[in-house]
Amino acid sequence: MHIQQVPPKKQLSRRGFIGRGTTATLSVAGLSVLSGGALAMASRKGAKEEPSTDAGLINTALSLEHEGIAAYQIAAESGVLNDAVLQVGILFQSHHKGHRDELIKAVRELGGTPVEAKAISEYAEALGADKLKSQADILQLAISLELGAANAYLGVIPSLSDHEFGHLFARLAADEAMHWTALKGAVGEALPKNALYFG
Amino acid sequence: MMLAILCAVLLVGAIAEDEQQNFESKVSPEIEGDAGRGESLYQRRCGACHSIDQNRIGPKHQNTFGSKAGAVEGFAYSKALKELDVVWNEVTLDEWLQNPSAMAPGTRMGFRLTDEQERADIIAYLRQVSEAAAAQVE
Ligand code: HEC
Repeated sequence: MHIQQVPPKKQLSRRGFIGRGTTATLSVAGLSVLSGGALAMASRKGAKEEPSTDAGLINTALSLEHEGIAAYQIAAESGVLNDAVLQVGILFQSHHKGHRDELIKAVRELGGTPVEAKAISEYAEALGADKLKSQADILQLAISLELGAANAYLGVIPSLSDHEFGHLFARLAADEAMHWTALKGAVGEALPKNALYFG
Repeated sequence: MMLAILCAVLLVGAIAEDEQQNFESKVSPEIEGDAGRGESLYQRRCGACHSIDQNRIGPKHQNTFGSKAGAVEGFAYSKALKELDVVWNEVTLDEWLQNPSAMAPGTRMGFRLTDEQERADIIAYLRQVSEAAAAQVE
């Protein structure tokens, strides 16, 4: 599922920006420490020859989405979910697949190689799936993974050099917060009293 | 032009020094970590990628405190972290959590924790976990 396609025209204009960056880099090299903008430019330039550091950070987010997709798969196949919860689980899993596809595109755009998903049995072991005996257990795991994912995305944004990917991460975090909120409602738990709960 | 460059270089030098001083004061020993609070914070802030006893998106943290960076067996680290010559303790973990990419450029962990108290709590928790793991081995 592709939520957002980057229009080809925009990709072109980005290239143009890189081209101009190359000549500007020399004269501002000494100042790059002062300016995140110059740093971002340098890393975009690098994207042509080797993957930028953004590619590594986005790949880590991709690993996270692979795990999320697997977690919902394990939940769906557990046989302990009622039909309403199962339907919601399938919907959320489809969102995570949308995230995965968007992240794969971003890694490729930066010249990196997207990480692949591991075997489902590895995720089951890492997530302690054998300890999940009931729908309530599964919902609690989902709540904690969705909260962790929202916070993870928000905490990585300051490390990304390209604001466009920062925007993507914020949108991903918003989806995870939506999942978390719905799941909290499903188990009848109150929402946080304080503002700025995520991040 | 030459003068401008010279000024810029001097300026950068001055700023770098300034930042270093700031950094030292940021690792203030007055901040006491609370391992109990750290445990639930760890779930919320780090739990998407890390577990204490399982390698997931990031390496497990059972023996992190007191061990060398990049040393968990079976975890595929980036080159940056494998080559990071650091032993994890209160000071190095505090630096890492403020900005991993600054400490190990090219690392795949970009998550930053800006709240000083939260960092201290999580570090206290990691220390407790590693000490408990070491005690079990003995
Ligand atoms: C978005 C996922 C993600 C989040 C969130 C995250 N980490 Fe990491 N962490 C990683 C990855 C991936 C690595 C390995 C990095 C590499 O190889 O470059 C790592 C490595 C580390 C290391 C080095 C471990 C070693 O064996 O040398 C420490 C320490 C660490 N993380 C602590 C934390 C703490 C504490 C938190 C929460 C405050 C946290 N991380 C949040 C993904 C994450």
